[in-house]
Amino acid sequence: MATMTSTPAVAFSEKETAVPIRVEDVHKYYELGDTRVHALRGVSVEIAHGEFVAVMGASGSGKSTFMNILGCLDGPSSGKYLLEGTDVSLLNKRELAAIRNRKIGFVFQGFNLLSRTTALENAELPAIYARISEQERISRAKEALAMVGLADRAEHFPSQLSGGQQQRVAIARALVNRPAILLADEPTGNLDSRTSVEVMEIFQKLNQERGLTIVLVTHEHDIAQFAKRSLVFRDGKIRKDEPVVNRQIASDVLRTLPALED
Amino acid sequence: MELMATIRIALRAIARNKLRSCLTSLGIIIGVGAVIAMVALGQGAQHQVQQQIAAMGSNVLFVGSGTMNRGGVRLGWGNTKTLVYDDIAAIRRECPAVSLVAAGTGTSAQIVFGNDNWYTRITGTEPEYLDIRAWPLDEGTNFTQEDVQTAANVAVIGDTVRKNLFPATDPVGQTVRINSLPFRVIGVLSVKGSSVAMGNDQDDVIIMPYSTVQKKMNGTQWLAYAMVSAQSKEASFAAQSQIEGVLRDRHRIRQPQDDDFFVRNMADVADLYDQQTTVMTLLLAFIASISLIVGGIGIMNIMLVSVTERTREIGIRMAIGATEDDVRSQFLIESVILSAMGGAIGILSGLVASFLIPRVTGWPVSVSMIAILIAVLFSIAVGVFFGYYPARKAARLNPIEALRYE
Repeated sequence: MATMTSTPAVAFSEKETAVPIRVEDVHKYYELGDTRVHALRGVSVEIAHGEFVAVMGASGSGKSTFMNILGCLDGPSSGKYLLEGTDVSLLNKRELAAIRNRKIGFVFQGFNLLSRTTALENAELPAIYARISEQERISRAKEALAMVGLADRAEHFPSQLSGGQQQRVAIARALVNRPAILLADEPTGNLDSRTSVEVMEIFQKLNQERGLTIVLVTHEHDIAQFAKRSLVFRDGKIRKDEPVVNRQIASDVLRTLPALED
Repeated sequence: MELMATIRIALRAIARNKLRSCLTSLGIIIGVGAVIAMVALGQGAQHQVQQQIAAMGSNVLFVGSGTMNRGGVRLGWGNTKTLVYDDIAAIRRECPAVSLVAAGTGTSAQIVFGNDNWYTRITGTEPEYLDIRAWPLDEGTNFTQEDVQTAANVAVIGDTVRKNLFPATDPVGQTVRINSLPFRVIGVLSVKGSSVAMGNDQDDVIIMPYSTVQKKMNGTQWLAYAMVSAQSKEASFAAQSQIEGVLRDRHRIRQPQDDDFFVRNMADVADLYDQQTTVMTLLLAFIASISLIVGGIGIMNIMLVSVTERTREIGIRMAIGATEDDVRSQFLIESVILSAMGGAIGILSGLVASFLIPRVTGWPVSVSMIAILIAVLFSIAVGVFFGYYPARKAARLNPIEALRYE
């Protein structure tokens, strides 16, 4: 990083102040035969440390492509993406994998847990790829599971867990390498409304207490209300970028919801 | 990713589809088992031949009266009349590498005892013959040099002759009739079995003094061959050239004339059979290793299916930070474990087969450690070779598409 050319003092301050996510005029297009399909048409945005951003938009608006670029799963066709001050487009595949592994935590709509693999082993997985020792791995995975309230479900398989519990295992997995950024792609898309709010409660807690920067893709307006800032995509561009008014606090909302009866 | 964690992941994937994993390994199991069993068979045959040749005496030489060119007509071996007893005496006298010499001539005749009769080969020779051929007597005695000098009517019979003429009586001391002449049976030979070189029954023979055959049966002066034993196996080549020298001298053969005799060296014969059985062993191993390759293709096939099935898993792993190397080594290790597992079970089945074959078929086997080692290394190599392409395919998946894969 920039520390190589700077004095230690500057490096320290730079590291502290480096913006987690800065996107500058990013375009993304796909070549389909002779036609060029534009997914992103010049997106510029900056997400600061400790922000909680909801990304909204209809399908085809470019929000998924945007998330794939933020998650270093895909690169921009033009423009710049700086992750903690590093230009990601200059990195090779191995370095990108390392960034996905250590700097970013992913949470998906479909949970994407490995089946026939216990909650603990699922949560442990990114730490294996980070080459962390087995002992350390297990203690971190247990810690992460405790953080999402599943300490007692460590030895359960995904098939033995409810949807909400599975999503919480996925969040624990995203946290195990202690990333600074959490990317969630429709994390509540497969969940009922109460479970959705429970997941949002965890996100708010992580954002509040740990200062985790969270970017959340959703098409549900209710869910976006739990974030601090919302970006609305349409036709490959950001049409709206505004703070969330009347922000909901998940723990308060949960109190008003009736407990689900079986 | 550390190796142990990778191996654990691979073992879990293998355990997930137990039946499929077993069927996949089966190709390698059969391949390795077949290689081990086939090489054991080939080497067993090789050892048997070696033993038989050693029993025959690898220091034995055979001197035959040979082909001759008479006015353009070439005669086959045994048809010249030039090998006589003086030649034998000269070999005995003048060849230091030679240990024993026995003159030999032969014929065939009908042998009658009581109501039984049997047609067999008659070998006329000298008492040394049995020593040269390392052929002990079962009962009775050998004939003596005195019997040779007097052309006595005595006979030593082979086991096959005994079985056919004396099913119930003790042959020693009995009199048989050969060409209307009475012969006293003085000895019975031990069982020799069929010969490696010719495949004929060596026990179907009657042995008597060569002089008796010459004078009372063939009415000839010449000999068909001589059996010679050299001082040692190493000396057999020296013995051969000494014999050739003596006989050329005595028969006045000058270059470039053809010899009217030939010397066959058992060491040569042993080498020849050794070569043949080695070729046979290699051929068997080659055929068996084809099944190893077929097994490898089976592994590749299943690994390709497995990569497709687990596209989503690969996508998840990549999204959370697995590099291409991580994914590749995961699948590579999986296929190597499959093939190595097959190799291990294959060794067992090969050993079991090597144990059962001699009991069922009676063929000799000799299990080769080298064959086991090669089969195992080869099976692992098959796992790497045929696992590489599917593993590379997995590593090259696009994580976004892999995650979207249903």
